[in-house]
Amino acid sequence: MTHVHTQSKQLGMWLFLISDTLTFSTFLVCYAYARLANPNWPTPFEFSPGVLTAMLMTLILLTSSLTMVFAVQSMRDGERPVATRWLAATILCGIAFIVLHATEWRHLWQIEKVATSGNPWGVPLFGATFFALTGLHMLHVAGGVIYLSVIAIAVARGKFSTEDVETSGLYWHFVDLVWMFIFPLVYLMSVKA
Amino acid sequence: MTRKLALIVWLGLLALTAVEVWLAYIHTPPLTMLIILLVVSFGKAALIASYFMHLRYEPRAAFRLIIPVSVTFALLLLGFLPDAMRLAERRK
Repeated sequence: MTHVHTQSKQLGMWLFLISDTLTFSTFLVCYAYARLANPNWPTPFEFSPGVLTAMLMTLILLTSSLTMVFAVQSMRDGERPVATRWLAATILCGIAFIVLHATEWRHLWQIEKVATSGNPWGVPLFGATFFALTGLHMLHVAGGVIYLSVIAIAVARGKFSTEDVETSGLYWHFVDLVWMFIFPLVYLMSVKA
Repeated sequence: MTRKLALIVWLGLLALTAVEVWLAYIHTPPLTMLIILLVVSFGKAALIASYFMHLRYEPRAAFRLIIPVSVTFALLLLGFLPDAMRLAERRK
């Protein structure tokens, strides 16, 4: 009975992730459409610090996926305290990602004067699509941090099973996977010449 | 999946990220760069889904449920892009 219940949890998460794949695909294609339709699309990111900061964010997310795998492995080995520590490491990586992303947004807003309604390059869609796409992703990271915090607290208290941690891991890895498309298409393709 | 394998996959993902950043650093021509970045991105996504998300170890039914739906929808969306190129031609 427990097995059936657990499978339904993971199936539920996979169905959610399929729907989220479609959402992010739509956002990415909208970004591509806006970019292709505007020959004067801005390339505002300096290699340093802009792209290097985004690269650091990528490394942090990839590392958080590794710590998440270790958390699941520790749960399978029956080591709840160790699993809690790996979950905490994953959460910290998520928070570091959000802080770096917020810093970058602030730079674009205050220094580069980019808003959703306009920017110095005269292509308002740049700000609209950039903030919508990266904002949706950041919202997922923030949601993931809260989700993993709930799981970590429960695991530390001896509640929830390995499968619950695995299910949360699916979500977290998906957030990482989406960034693997946003980072190259939004940042690397917009490096200042 | 063992911790050693997870570490190897993680190192592979870091290496692929380094390749992507290097392409941007040397200012690769946009079209060449876009093609390479898309190939590398799908490769990284496949690594994450296969190993970290355990899709490689799930029953085939899970794979059949997830991949065709996602790929079909993404391909359908690409149908809008020729219109974007038409707009770009008019704006030049």
